[in-house]
Amino acid sequence: MKGLKIIVLAKQVPDTRNVGKDAMKADGTVNRAALPAIFNPEDLNALEQALRIKDNYPGTTVTLLTMGPGRAAEIVREGMYRGADKGYLLTDRAFAGSDTLATSYAISCAIKKINFDLIIAGRQAIDGDTAQVGPQVAEKLGLPQVTYAEHVDKIVKNKITIQRRLERGIETVTAPLPCLITVNATAPECRPRNAKHLMKFKHAKTVTELQSAVEDYYKLHEDRPYLRIPELSVLDVEADTNWLGLAGSPTKVKAIENVVFAAKDAKQLTADQKDLDWLMGELVANHTLG
Amino acid sequence: MNNIFVFCEIDEGKIADVSQELLTKGRSLANELKCNLEAIVIGSKLEGIESEIAPYGADTIFVADDKRLEFYLTLPFTTIIVDLFKKQQPQIALFGATSVGRDLGPRVSSALKSGLTADCTSLVIGNHEDKKEGKVYENLLYQIRPAFGGNIIATIINPDCRPQMATVREGVMKKEIINKNHKSKVVAIDVNKVVTDVDFAVEIIERHMEPRKIDIKKSQVIVSGGYGVGSRENFKLLYELAHVLGGEVGASRAAVDAGYVDHARQVGQTGVTVRPKLYIACGISGQVQHTAGMEESAMIISINTDPTAPITKIADYNITGDVSEVVPRLIEAYRKHSK
Repeated sequence: MKGLKIIVLAKQVPDTRNVGKDAMKADGTVNRAALPAIFNPEDLNALEQALRIKDNYPGTTVTLLTMGPGRAAEIVREGMYRGADKGYLLTDRAFAGSDTLATSYAISCAIKKINFDLIIAGRQAIDGDTAQVGPQVAEKLGLPQVTYAEHVDKIVKNKITIQRRLERGIETVTAPLPCLITVNATAPECRPRNAKHLMKFKHAKTVTELQSAVEDYYKLHEDRPYLRIPELSVLDVEADTNWLGLAGSPTKVKAIENVVFAAKDAKQLTADQKDLDWLMGELVANHTLG
Repeated sequence: MNNIFVFCEIDEGKIADVSQELLTKGRSLANELKCNLEAIVIGSKLEGIESEIAPYGADTIFVADDKRLEFYLTLPFTTIIVDLFKKQQPQIALFGATSVGRDLGPRVSSALKSGLTADCTSLVIGNHEDKKEGKVYENLLYQIRPAFGGNIIATIINPDCRPQMATVREGVMKKEIINKNHKSKVVAIDVNKVVTDVDFAVEIIERHMEPRKIDIKKSQVIVSGGYGVGSRENFKLLYELAHVLGGEVGASRAAVDAGYVDHARQVGQTGVTVRPKLYIACGISGQVQHTAGMEESAMIISINTDPTAPITKIADYNITGDVSEVVPRLIEAYRKHSK
């Protein structure tokens, strides 16, 4: 088996374990600027699967693709430090406010511009927990999908054998290449940064980052073209803006409510029906009960 | 036309609980919208399967029965559903948020270019005014779900695209038989006319499934009992409350040792650690061995005859009273407040 061209889809996500008051904007979308940003955990599991294929099938290249604001270039670099060969940042104001369907459309347009045999993504991102973008990208590209992957057994003659983790057991499937795989958190953890890769890609930057950098990296990037993280815009990927952003998203956020777990001091109640009615009313009103 | 569809998932040869819960919800939404409730079931050897769907009030059941469809496969299932939805134009489509529904739902939504909301905890009909466009949408499906790691509750709508699609986790909705003798119209789908060989590109070569185990860790609501519950018989009340609230039953070690419940339900140092949204401690004194396994619950309610029991120090609400009296009243109170 010759090497494969693998695209890993990754997302920079707000760390939902540390959400502050200013996490949401007035229009109901996420205020990403106010939150610490991390590499989505299951996308790291996905990267590891890609790197393992690279270990086993020499000649394999791993390309990271992420969509987000300029700062999302951080996770492209993070991926390179861990073993990815290159990466793209899909970034454009027109993407802002996209729901999963519009996001999938944008990503699928970008993928059409990149050569690949296999796409690997995390099962879901911790900011939305929807697990939709992987399958939707597969559908838009007309590819078979294998979700909940835990382990890639082997690749023989354009057929990949994958173990899936389901609620109550394991299923082994074969899928033809090209296809799209989403990887579970139960799959092996991603390897750490590698010192050699860290040195090599330390100054990998997007054009926007080059322009705003205090130091002058232009010469360095001219000598080492692999340091350039290409930015892809709507025009670059030839996406139709009607299908992007808030306008291109079928789902709209109608309302957002912060979850408040009140009652810091314990409330004392009697066994009277009146007290218990009040309590259940509270629990339903504050969404503790569905 | 423009009805509500529920995808009925097959689990070990039977209709999955989550699908029957969705049928129950779908029936009440259909009544409110004055439309029909329709079910789609896909599998192999499905003869008689309608008897597990009809009692929940489905008007029509579409059945796709083919030996190649015994186990779930993304592509043929998607093809069949997309084809059916294109013909039937449903306004709402509901899927269980299972490994099947969460694989299938997004694929179908993408093919139909419609919106999908994952893991809804509540589905409600309501109107929406788009002030910018000066447009009023009537009778939309409010798809309510936690987001952002549970820090917010979002209400999502799909104003313009149909079907309005949602997935819901097992145990979130109530399952209720409408009429044991209800008859549904059964429509067979000609599978060979819809699917092609290309749909079978992914092949299952091995399956290792284990029987369903009790796993209370995943439950958002836990009704837990201690020695103070008094008997195995009294624990039935706890199961009833847990069922009504869509939760699971837990127990302290004392209750397990007394033989009231199985060890699989034990919470605490020698049991499992849980962090549900709501933990109701019934007749549990609150030894540290127990609280170590549940103190990170988002909300704790204690029911105890002793108002000074250690558990009352970590509880958000303390009900002083006897479990066998309080629990039935809580069930009654919840029924009043839930829709």
